[in-house]
Amino acid sequence: MVETSYYILLSASLFTLGILGVLVRRNAIVVFMSVELMLNAANLAFVAFARQQGNIDGQVLVFFVITVAAAEVAVGLALLVTIFRNKQTADVDAISQLHG
Amino acid sequence: MSFELFMFLVTAAIALAGGVGMIVARNTVHSALFLLLNFFAIAVLFLLLHSPFLFAIQLTIYAGAIMVLFLFVVMLLGVESIEDRTKDRLAGQLWLSVVLTLILMVQAITITLLAEPAESQAQNTALLDQLADPALIGATLFTTYLLPFQITGVILLVGIVGVVVLHQRAHLYGPLSETEREFAEQYAAERTASGQPAEQAS
Repeated sequence: MVETSYYILLSASLFTLGILGVLVRRNAIVVFMSVELMLNAANLAFVAFARQQGNIDGQVLVFFVITVAAAEVAVGLALLVTIFRNKQTADVDAISQLHG
Repeated sequence: MSFELFMFLVTAAIALAGGVGMIVARNTVHSALFLLLNFFAIAVLFLLLHSPFLFAIQLTIYAGAIMVLFLFVVMLLGVESIEDRTKDRLAGQLWLSVVLTLILMVQAITITLLAEPAESQAQNTALLDQLADPALIGATLFTTYLLPFQITGVILLVGIVGVVVLHQRAHLYGPLSETEREFAEQYAAERTASGQPAEQAS
């Protein structure tokens, strides 16, 4: 049996990696992928705690997170495609104006 | 070292390598593939945590559907290009974010290590086998979590409609291409020069 704290340590490391990706990358698609990495890290913590508590609720929550993440990715990528058509770039610094 | 711990360490190393690779890869397609590696590793970790249902979901939804969407958009837009680091608006942005992230990571790790170990059910294999049953997840989903389940359905519907509307607008009113924009600006400038009121070139 692997300690729950090992999973939490891994989850924390993956989450901070995701934050690092959001902060240092300029390509909006890679920023999006980093957000997915953070969601996955949170899912891992959910399942680890669900096992520790002997409870099914954590797994159900992960199911919800995955579903909502799918919707979020679809809308986000559609926005990116629209922005790319307008600006011809996926650089997050280039998308700094609200006025199109 | 038990076999489970060995499997955990190997999979955790693969997951971390996937995360690091995604951030450092210059090519966006490589980033997506590293993220895929990370998703696979996390799926195996779900299996180690006695939840085969989430293992399957992770592979089909995340590694299957979501990553295909990412790769599709990357290849559609053709943004596999190299980023220009010299164009940073904030000087030292890279190092500042690395330092701040490291501080956050140290905090998270310290808190985890300092926490009192709670009473764990992880040794109770009979209970874990019971929890690994997908039927239990289904039953919980349709009883305790019925309302959130319905709301998730609405969110997915809104997502679908949103995507369709976004693409519809782009198709109907269509953003102008570079040459069309230049032409419109030139036209507006000529009209202003000849004393006619400038039309809104949208």
